[in-house]
Amino acid sequence: MSQKLNRAAIWLDKLTANAPRMAGLCASVQVADGSVDGKAARFIAVVPDENNHYPRAKGGEVGLLEGWTLAKVVSETIAEDAEKTEKRAIVAVIDVPSQAYGRREEAFGIHQALAGAAAAYANARLAGHPVVGLIVGKAMSGAFLAHGYQANRLIAFNDSGVMIHAMGKESAARITLRTVEALEKLAATIPPMAYDISNYETLGLLSALLDIAEPEAPQSADLEKVNAALVTAVREARTDNTLKNRLNAKNRQSSALVRERMRAAW
Amino acid sequence: MEHITLSFPATRTVSGKALAGVVGSGDMEVLFTATQGDTLTIAITTSVDNSEQRWQALFSRLVELTSIPAGQMQIHDFGATPGVARIRIEQVFEEVSHA
Amino acid sequence: MRNDSSFIELKARERARLLLDDGSFRELLDPFEGIVSPWLEAQGIVVQSDDGMVVAKGTINGGPAVVIAIEGAFQGGSMGEVSGAKMAAALELAAEDNRNGIPTQAVLCLETGGVRLQEANLGLAAIADIHAAIVDLRRYTPVIGVVAGTVGCFGGMSIAAALCSYLIVTREARLGLNGPQVIEQEAGIDEYDSRNRPFIWSMTGGEVRYQSGLVEALVGDGVNAVKQAVNDAIAKGVPAQHRTDNYAWYLERLSNFDTSKQADAEQIKQLFGEKRA
Repeated sequence: MSQKLNRAAIWLDKLTANAPRMAGLCASVQVADGSVDGKAARFIAVVPDENNHYPRAKGGEVGLLEGWTLAKVVSETIAEDAEKTEKRAIVAVIDVPSQAYGRREEAFGIHQALAGAAAAYANARLAGHPVVGLIVGKAMSGAFLAHGYQANRLIAFNDSGVMIHAMGKESAARITLRTVEALEKLAATIPPMAYDISNYETLGLLSALLDIAEPEAPQSADLEKVNAALVTAVREARTDNTLKNRLNAKNRQSSALVRERMRAAW
Repeated sequence: MEHITLSFPATRTVSGKALAGVVGSGDMEVLFTATQGDTLTIAITTSVDNSEQRWQALFSRLVELTSIPAGQMQIHDFGATPGVARIRIEQVFEEVSHA
Repeated sequence: MRNDSSFIELKARERARLLLDDGSFRELLDPFEGIVSPWLEAQGIVVQSDDGMVVAKGTINGGPAVVIAIEGAFQGGSMGEVSGAKMAAALELAAEDNRNGIPTQAVLCLETGGVRLQEANLGLAAIADIHAAIVDLRRYTPVIGVVAGTVGCFGGMSIAAALCSYLIVTREARLGLNGPQVIEQEAGIDEYDSRNRPFIWSMTGGEVRYQSGLVEALVGDGVNAVKQAVNDAIAKGVPAQHRTDNYAWYLERLSNFDTSKQADAEQIKQLFGEKRA
């Protein structure tokens, strides 16, 4: 393809050894079957598509078609494995800059499309599929809620090209009437507001943070590291289909406290 | 943002708790817990700086006009006018009197 | 009959009280427990004692229920670590109840702009927990969402709304993913004029969402009207298919739609079909 590749496209390729892409989907959702721990695993990425039917979703954003296509792919995976005792792993390969912003998007219900994706991933996890979110680049906002945040386990690269947040710096700065520099300065002192992956890690939401030598041009050592991390994540995911493993960090202690107190008062 | 602590003589006792208001623009949240004794202690967190005098004056006037119950009051203020502040405070006193 | 007083004008606590059977309201983690945001003070922002989230157990038509209501007046109803955890925890406990044979019903009053930017990643993570909990709970019992206004329901919480089994809205309400100002900033004023109120409601208002089949009930602004709609939704039980599972229909409509024209009221009607008069 002559299209621009994001990190997700690159890593999808490497992790599935260039396996053929699932046919019949919009070009911005790429699905290939590979393996983790010697067993079949399905890899899913959202990638840029210059020819996207919806012009506001050309840059790898999660828009109307992407949301519903993710819902379709993951739901069909669940259906295919319905009779199996061991469900195959699903790996969301994540480099999504945001949800798509546009008039058509709002008018045609992008919020519902993203819900379709989130529901499908959550259903997969509840059905016993180990769902792993592999954050190789950006994991922003609604796009991440739809593609990755319902995973049992989240793995991220320890790299300046990895950004996980609720709103991009420029938008956040404008909305809060600050300069980007002022926002960055403030954000650096408040872990949940920060834009860097080191601060994100202190929130206890990741199961692994990987040092990768070449995130844009993976070498075999990088691949081995990621594959090993996927094996661990999948094995752990098979023992727990909830998101409880995200409640252990000191920087998230209020989240645990609220649950404890509410249970006691219920 | 400021933290202010005040206390005033109370001339009656009630029992129970009451809540009024929300921390919205131009409003404030008041929580009141009745205690025994003869003092109303007030802890205020306000978005308006340099407002201690205003709060002091507000409560001084209230003490003149009405019988203040003993207890602990917590205020989270987001720019309530003296009028709105007084309404919220009177709301909690009224509610706790009927408790 | 009784005159039907405004639901929109009610604060979250009153909405929860009135949606539950008379006298059954019991608040959990109430303001006097003082579990506030651990992040706002350091930024010079005044906290609210319940962090803008009311969780109340009680009964609805005699059956066990929990109403979880967002206070839209506090920080625009935005979701922080604590407010998000309160909603998620209540939904998680309701699901556990159902697994243990207690048919606890959940009703969500959604009045929110989405993530609280001052708590960014913890707000977002809490919303992911809420999504997980809704999908879990709705297998056992319908999860009912009410979006009344004036704030509406945006951001990651619009996704939560779309995960609900049934959605009830008023005409005043809006339901959309991105706030109008952000769309205008990202895509330009020709794409989305954030100050054009009739335009915004024509895209994301309660009426158009109802006509599009994205919500189940459109009600007048009245406490009794909302209560009745909630009861009707509960009575329907778990739907045969949640809207989120209808991906084949939406994909077909969206893939084949002519996107050479911009969206307008006519385009919306054509895409979704005229489901109701």
